[in-house]
Amino acid sequence: MKKITINPVTRANSPFMVEAVISQGKVVEARCSVQFFRGFELILRDRDPRDASYLTERVCGICSSAHGTAAAYALEDAAGVRPPHNGNVLRNLILGADLLQNHIRHFYLLSLPDYVRGPDMHPFVPGYSKDFRLAGRDNEAMLQNYYEALEMARLAHEMVALFGAKAPFPHSILAGGSTVAPTADVVLNFRSKLKKINDFIANRMIVDVHTLAEVYADYYTIGGRTADMLVFGIFPRDQDDRARYFSCGALLEGQVHQVNAQAINEDLSHAWYEHSTAANDGGIGAEKIPNNKGMLNEQTAPNREKKGAYSWVKAPRYNGRAVEGGPLARLWISGDYRHGVSTMDRIMARVLETQKVGQLMAGWLEELRPGEPVYKPFKVPHEAIGVGLTGAMRGPLGHWLRIEKGRIADYRIITPTAWNMSPRDAEGQPGPMEQSLLNTPVADENEPIEISRVVRSFDPCSACATHVIAPGKSLREFIISV
Amino acid sequence: MIEINKFKSIINKGGLAASEATNQLVGSLLAGDKKKHPPVLWLGTNTCAGDSISFLNSLDPGYRAIITDLIDFRYNHFVMSAEGDMATGVLQDILAKFAGEYILIVEGTVPTRSNGLYCVLGQRSGEPYTALAAVRELGMAAGHVVAVGTCAAFGGPYAAQPNPSGGKSVQEVLNRKVINVPGCPVNPGWIVGTLAHLVWYGEPELDKYNRPTLFYGETIHNLCQRRHYFDSGIFASQPGEPWCMYKVGCKGPVTFADCPYRQWNGEHINWPVKANTPCIGCVSPEFPEHTMPFFEHLPDIHLPGITVNANRIGAVTGTLTALGIGSHLAVSIIKGRLPKTVKIGLAPSKPGLEVLQTTPVQVLVDSIKKKLKKKH
Ligand code: SF4
Repeated sequence: MKKITINPVTRANSPFMVEAVISQGKVVEARCSVQFFRGFELILRDRDPRDASYLTERVCGICSSAHGTAAAYALEDAAGVRPPHNGNVLRNLILGADLLQNHIRHFYLLSLPDYVRGPDMHPFVPGYSKDFRLAGRDNEAMLQNYYEALEMARLAHEMVALFGAKAPFPHSILAGGSTVAPTADVVLNFRSKLKKINDFIANRMIVDVHTLAEVYADYYTIGGRTADMLVFGIFPRDQDDRARYFSCGALLEGQVHQVNAQAINEDLSHAWYEHSTAANDGGIGAEKIPNNKGMLNEQTAPNREKKGAYSWVKAPRYNGRAVEGGPLARLWISGDYRHGVSTMDRIMARVLETQKVGQLMAGWLEELRPGEPVYKPFKVPHEAIGVGLTGAMRGPLGHWLRIEKGRIADYRIITPTAWNMSPRDAEGQPGPMEQSLLNTPVADENEPIEISRVVRSFDPCSACATHVIAPGKSLREFIISV
Repeated sequence: MIEINKFKSIINKGGLAASEATNQLVGSLLAGDKKKHPPVLWLGTNTCAGDSISFLNSLDPGYRAIITDLIDFRYNHFVMSAEGDMATGVLQDILAKFAGEYILIVEGTVPTRSNGLYCVLGQRSGEPYTALAAVRELGMAAGHVVAVGTCAAFGGPYAAQPNPSGGKSVQEVLNRKVINVPGCPVNPGWIVGTLAHLVWYGEPELDKYNRPTLFYGETIHNLCQRRHYFDSGIFASQPGEPWCMYKVGCKGPVTFADCPYRQWNGEHINWPVKANTPCIGCVSPEFPEHTMPFFEHLPDIHLPGITVNANRIGAVTGTLTALGIGSHLAVSIIKGRLPKTVKIGLAPSKPGLEVLQTTPVQVLVDSIKKKLKKKH
């Protein structure tokens, strides 16, 4: 038995720590810990609700559009407005372009250095030296595509900027719709960039992932777990949001179910927070909330010294189970990919989703109606509650908002990485990433590259995960309802 | 390799009148001198990695050329191959071998709560290596320290009230000069340009917030393509309209950056005002605390920049009405009686919104500043 620690795990949107106990060449126990904390929800309090779409984008530099979108949905829900047709399509296009950027960067920039030998220069060296299996020519070709991928990711961010003003942190995702008129010149520019990216995906990225899957086929059996997953749905098909291109669903042992709001809970037993159920403090109770947007009253406060705790991430559970989110979950529920649950399946699904979204976007461009409005003005309600659910690149994302006296009274964000990277719960059940690490073979304890490959297949983003907090004050935990 | 002096003398013998500048140029081309390719450490503290991603969006030069031709990019959690002790080992290695030479870039606020335990970058001898310790240790020994992004430069969103992690700017935890390159995120041109300046010419000229004047020397408002609408009192009343964004909260008049010229993502693709949304002042020391609410306009002001005279008021009002903007607003704008609707942030007053320019907008900025201070 030997315990190894990887701190920091790099090439993730924010670094984190993994501790693994190795016995007879395999991981027998693993802990994933996030070691920084910011407290976003508290910062949002008492602000103008319209500011949430811009401010929450600052939760994450690589999936900012997703936060902007969730915040816009939440305020629209609270205000009882719908965006105009163009507003919905434009927001889908901006989020779609940002998803392309994220997935291309994740596959090439963050994942591939685990499998492809880089050039002999910083920051490619120092690095692990073993188990690079690609033949010289394949390795060289993928390295070329690595650099090209950087161009493609930049191009995808140019698309975000075309309709969104800038990237990261686009300005045109707002409650009420979007802000850039889809005139022919801009649409043409967007279409031309999209075509370049779609060509790259089809001709390079898809080829590269298949090469990788062939050469590292054992990773279809490493990093596995039961097919327990969650998807909130992403990209509304129309402005009334009756259906989404990737639909909402819960997967339990491979079976797709409707998502039941009551099944969602958060556990704090191994997170650096204190937790106590408080009496209803006179706020809006669950029974008064329209559309069954239920809530639980409770308090949380940070406590870095808490015994037995080891992460700033809470442990959300669905039906008491640790569920994962991300491209694999979305493609599984849409029926596009049901091969298995493993390191390579997660990578494969991410690349296939990139292709699917790129193709969908070409169709969405056709739906734009030049000359029609993009934005619908509305009044911020005096008192209201709103929930905004979407998919971020790495899984289900929910924003919840309570407005009192026209200002933000409570704001809650439940992020994908909280699901994926959660610590143990009260029953001692590990989070999805921790479960996936069990039985991972480790050939050299000094270079535990196998562990890195497993955790990176989740596209972890601890930046997202660690700010659900309200020190010393009562906050109603929210239970998501769809 | 041919020696510089020898090379110079060959040129001179050849009858070429080599000026001092030419000599310098030839010298730097031949030098192969490490200073021209300095080691760069990029620490991400409490950050969303948005500045790293923006840096990667650099167009010319692109990332590949930057790490090949400009800097020796040693540490950045987003792109480096190494992890664990191998990664933190890079920091110790640079500290031992390149003290006084390397450039330290910090992205993110530096939490101070619980002695820095609210952000741990790795471990040393099994103990947490906090961002606070790393910034202090690596900062003191660096040749230059650059705070990239508004979080590192001024605190930014994570240090906004009530600042749950006790986050501070790099300058607040480091007792030495820090070059601030703010932006939320930083524009790739600003950070790559600052790096190039440091590598080629040394420290750039800085303003009183230690920002390079090269990029932050003029207000957005003075460079704005929609300035003529402002001057004529033609204002958008909601996001998505193509006029001056002042009334929907534009902080361009008090924000110093070259966004209107430089723009974002590639070749002048777009920027917030061009996208019919307000500038939210993301490069300012006040961001976001005092630039919120983002959609509320700046406090009650007289508008000295307005170029209409009494004789033209009617005409302008007519234009405004034709554009669908309420004439009561037009009149109140022209007469300088905007309603006092602005609610500035929740934090105690910080020194801010000082005037750094001498332009016709001076008076406007002054009056805004005065109003903001009065509010506190
Ligand atoms: S207020 Fe904003 S939109 Fe109007 S001219 Fe100034 S910078 Fe441009």
